[in-house]
Amino acid sequence: MNAVTSLPEMAPATAEIFLAVAGIALLMFGVFRGSNSLRTPGWLAVLAFLVAGILVVARTGTDDAFFGLFITDAFARFAKVLILLGSAFSIVLSFGYFERERKGRFEYPVLIVFATLGMLMMVSANDLIALYMGLEMQSLALYVLASIRRDSLRSTEAGLKYFVLGALSSGMLLYGCSLIYGFAGTTSFAGLASVFSAEGGTSVGLVVGLVFLICGLAFKISAVPFHMWTPDVYEGAPTPVTALFAVAPKVAALALFVRVLSGPFGDLLDSWQQILVFVSIASMVLGAFAAMVQTNIKRLMAYSSIGHMGYALVGLAAGNEAGITGVMIYLSSYIFMNIGTFAIILGMRRDGRLVENLSDLSGLSKSHPMMAFALMVFMFSMAGIPPLAGFFGKWYVFMAAVQAGLFGLAVVGVLASVVGAFYYLRIIKIMYFDEATQPLDARVGGDLRAIIFGSAVITLLFLIAISPIYDKAQQAAISLLGA
Amino acid sequence: MYSAIVFLPLVGALIAGFGGRVIGDRGAQIVTCGAMIVSSVLALVAFWEVAIGGRTFTVDVLTWIASGSFEANWALRWDTLTAVMVLVVTVVSTMVHVYSVGYMSHDASIPRFMAYLSIFTFAMLMLVTADNLVQLFFGWEGVGVASYLLIGFWFHKPSANAAAIKAFVVNRVGDFGFALGIFGCFMLFDTVSLDVIFAAAPEKAGTTLNFLGMQGDALTIIAILLFIGAMGKSAQLGLHTWLPDAMEGPTPVSALIHAATMVTAGVFLVARMSPLFEYAPIALQVVTIVGAATAFFAATVGMCQNDIKRVIAYSTCSQLGYMFFALGVSAYPAAIFHLMTHAFFKALLFLSAGSVIHALSDEQDMRNMGGIWKKIPFTYAMMWIGSLALAGVPLFAGFYSKDMILESAYGSHTGVGQFAFWMGIAAALMTAFYSWRLIIMTFHGTPRMSDEVLHHVHESPKVMLIPLAFLAAGAVLSGWAGYEWFVGEGMAEFWRESIKILPDNNSIAAAHHVPFWVKAAPLVVGVIGIGLAYLMYMFRPHLPGLLAARFRPIYLFLLNKWYFDELYDWLFVKRSWQVGVAFWQGGDRAIIDGFGPDGVSAVARNLAARAGRLQTGYVYHYAFSMLIGVVALVSWYLAFGG
Repeated sequence: MNAVTSLPEMAPATAEIFLAVAGIALLMFGVFRGSNSLRTPGWLAVLAFLVAGILVVARTGTDDAFFGLFITDAFARFAKVLILLGSAFSIVLSFGYFERERKGRFEYPVLIVFATLGMLMMVSANDLIALYMGLEMQSLALYVLASIRRDSLRSTEAGLKYFVLGALSSGMLLYGCSLIYGFAGTTSFAGLASVFSAEGGTSVGLVVGLVFLICGLAFKISAVPFHMWTPDVYEGAPTPVTALFAVAPKVAALALFVRVLSGPFGDLLDSWQQILVFVSIASMVLGAFAAMVQTNIKRLMAYSSIGHMGYALVGLAAGNEAGITGVMIYLSSYIFMNIGTFAIILGMRRDGRLVENLSDLSGLSKSHPMMAFALMVFMFSMAGIPPLAGFFGKWYVFMAAVQAGLFGLAVVGVLASVVGAFYYLRIIKIMYFDEATQPLDARVGGDLRAIIFGSAVITLLFLIAISPIYDKAQQAAISLLGA
Repeated sequence: MYSAIVFLPLVGALIAGFGGRVIGDRGAQIVTCGAMIVSSVLALVAFWEVAIGGRTFTVDVLTWIASGSFEANWALRWDTLTAVMVLVVTVVSTMVHVYSVGYMSHDASIPRFMAYLSIFTFAMLMLVTADNLVQLFFGWEGVGVASYLLIGFWFHKPSANAAAIKAFVVNRVGDFGFALGIFGCFMLFDTVSLDVIFAAAPEKAGTTLNFLGMQGDALTIIAILLFIGAMGKSAQLGLHTWLPDAMEGPTPVSALIHAATMVTAGVFLVARMSPLFEYAPIALQVVTIVGAATAFFAATVGMCQNDIKRVIAYSTCSQLGYMFFALGVSAYPAAIFHLMTHAFFKALLFLSAGSVIHALSDEQDMRNMGGIWKKIPFTYAMMWIGSLALAGVPLFAGFYSKDMILESAYGSHTGVGQFAFWMGIAAALMTAFYSWRLIIMTFHGTPRMSDEVLHHVHESPKVMLIPLAFLAAGAVLSGWAGYEWFVGEGMAEFWRESIKILPDNNSIAAAHHVPFWVKAAPLVVGVIGIGLAYLMYMFRPHLPGLLAARFRPIYLFLLNKWYFDELYDWLFVKRSWQVGVAFWQGGDRAIIDGFGPDGVSAVARNLAARAGRLQTGYVYHYAFSMLIGVVALVSWYLAFGG
């Protein structure tokens, strides 16, 4: 094995390489400029995401790189576009916040760039080692982000909790990987797939390893019973960071989950399906019920995201092409509803200070009619009311579950979404029917308004775009499962 | 023309009901009365052409229901029976309409009242012209609805609402029987068309039908079911309780219900279905017994009532009993004859009573009347004519029809016929008694009302008195004018096919040959009754109190109407109330609400609170839950997966 002749194929990873370089350059830029201004590095990071996005969509077909550790295919591209969108939006969201709090620092966009790089690596991982590397890269950056307001007790507490529990989950994941390697003799996804497809390829050790792996991944998407960190971290972390947590890492982790389970472990469907059904039901039900008693809107969004991950897992549990298509559509609708909602939360200020209680929304329909309308759209969409975006996500995953014969799962899902509708509708009721004690500040930043408007339009008009999105999602599913 | 008779009242009702605001009170009165007057004049022409001229035909209006072998058309069947009924209904109803113009002149919602009256009349006309059972049922139910609306016309009075609901509910019981009877007919004959049923009835005699698990003679079962319907509408013993309470409606409504448009429906139904009943002898016996019992029962109660309208109401009930036992002994023409004469004199009595009430500032209790005959001589005279006709005094209408009924019952030479005859004689005695009790208590003796009321006593306006005069003419003349056609020599030619009497059952022919004492008996007991009333209320006024004290249990029994209301209240109302409460508290509140909305929301709230408490904020709890999760999932795997 000669060092020169075996230079690995790197072209499929152009976007990631670009992003890595851009992140380092941005770090240099920040260090040498030395200012605490956020806007310039922030917009540069957004520009970097844009270029990376172009590089991502410029590729076609399926290629691997780095001796098969890295793969790029339609599925990865779909997920990467969503991740880049989510990251870019969350940077734009943060400008107003950090400027007002006078805590702007250039590390923030840099960390997001590195976290995003980790996410892109995750969705392109084609080997257990690559998987772990991407995951840790993402997680380390996120731990820091959670506690980026190091002068705030809640922010540091959130970061610490996230770090400790994240480390525990990483440990489980690694332990699972080592078990799998020990029993299968390979870490490559392709190799694992060939081992399992062979007669008698499974063993108890392998299955236990798989369970550990699933648990580690479930932590990242905050599925029950590995969700406990979510409400605390969502509440404690600065709101723009929460917005990021709610979107990009969820997409990345879920995409990774889908790739691992339907790729190398696809032949073990019967084994992991039960676990996923359980986790999915538990997430949907807990997300629906626990959210009902929340008074803080960020905690409520945490439970809401737990529930949403449960719905997305319904599609994965179905384990068929329709299911994976459904998951991708679900994620597409999910990021816009969440970005829009968090933009509104960031716009909730009274006397210049952020407020986070549900009761602060009362009378919003009178003081901010457009914002109230947009929030109503997001809430209806999250509750799954047609013809908004959220409805289609739920529709496709439930259809897939029915196709796969998981009737119980589909029924529980529909029932949970009924319970969930309660707290979404309650927010609308508060906005439209409760008397305001003290109105919120009239001025909402221009970037926030643009994001709110854009997400609301996309959520409202998802119906029009559903056909191309469905085609792309289906291509992604096919690239993963093979036609 | 034949359609116009039926539909003119409907048109009048629609205009007055929906356009009442536009055309005003006066307009509504003119429209509805005008429609009724035209309709009754046309009815007279129709009577001439159909009954006297001997034409029988059907006017098709349009197809209503066609489903499989089931077919029902809107069609007007015109034969003698229909023509007689239409004439009676339109003439009496016209008189009531005109009378109402005066009687209701102080009411706030005149158009509504006039519209209801017309709708009532339309439904009754629909009923009597029906060509099939379904259309008949439509009219039947229309009458029920209209009576509900009219009895509860003063909806601000709780007692009026209660009476309206009672009338409707009690009628539902009968309607249920009627509906079952229609189903039975369709099952047996595969049609609801009257002509087909009548033609097929003889050959179906003797077939059996399974009803409630029992095999029985098909025609008997159907006839009895139809009769149950008739019992409800015609207030026969058992289902009569609504009729006296219906007095809560305005007096013209009482007149209409009692004389023309409601209670006669049952009599008409049985007469109309005579080709069926003739082949169901057991059903006929049931009809006879129920009718005779009702005649007796209602007369006894009528003797003890103090409300002027209630006395007349029980007298209606009693007279309907006469009609039914006449039907039961196959004297259908006699029953219809009595129906017609009764319509005139009963409307007269009611409207006269209304005139009295009007004069006495809405006083209805006879104990607060008396001594006013000189002040309202016209009303007094009218009341006399009505009572003479009711008591069956010769030359007045009731004499001809009632005697014919009693003679037919005697002449039928059956056990139930004898029973009916003696019951009828007893009822005739009491009828005469309570009629004169009413006259004496109302018009004679010392005035018992307050001076203020007495001072205001006045004769009613002309618009109320003229209908009385017309009805009085009917009460005097309709008897001897109709005798030849209805029950005399021209009977067969007059009725032709509209009523069927088997040769063996022809009790009317037999009635012409009964002993003399049978013919004289009703008159004799009538005179005795009148004399008793004079004795007890005019010459020896202390006697009634003495008797009431002496025979107190009997008096109370009669005063409380044989405790029927109390019995029904205990037996049905209380029970259904209990069932309702059981379903409401046990079924709805406990089970459906408990496990449904309330239960689910409570469980949801509970679960939510628990789920919220799971979140302690301690990292080691969180880590513990993760480890538990891993261990649980791995165990699950090792146990079930793998």
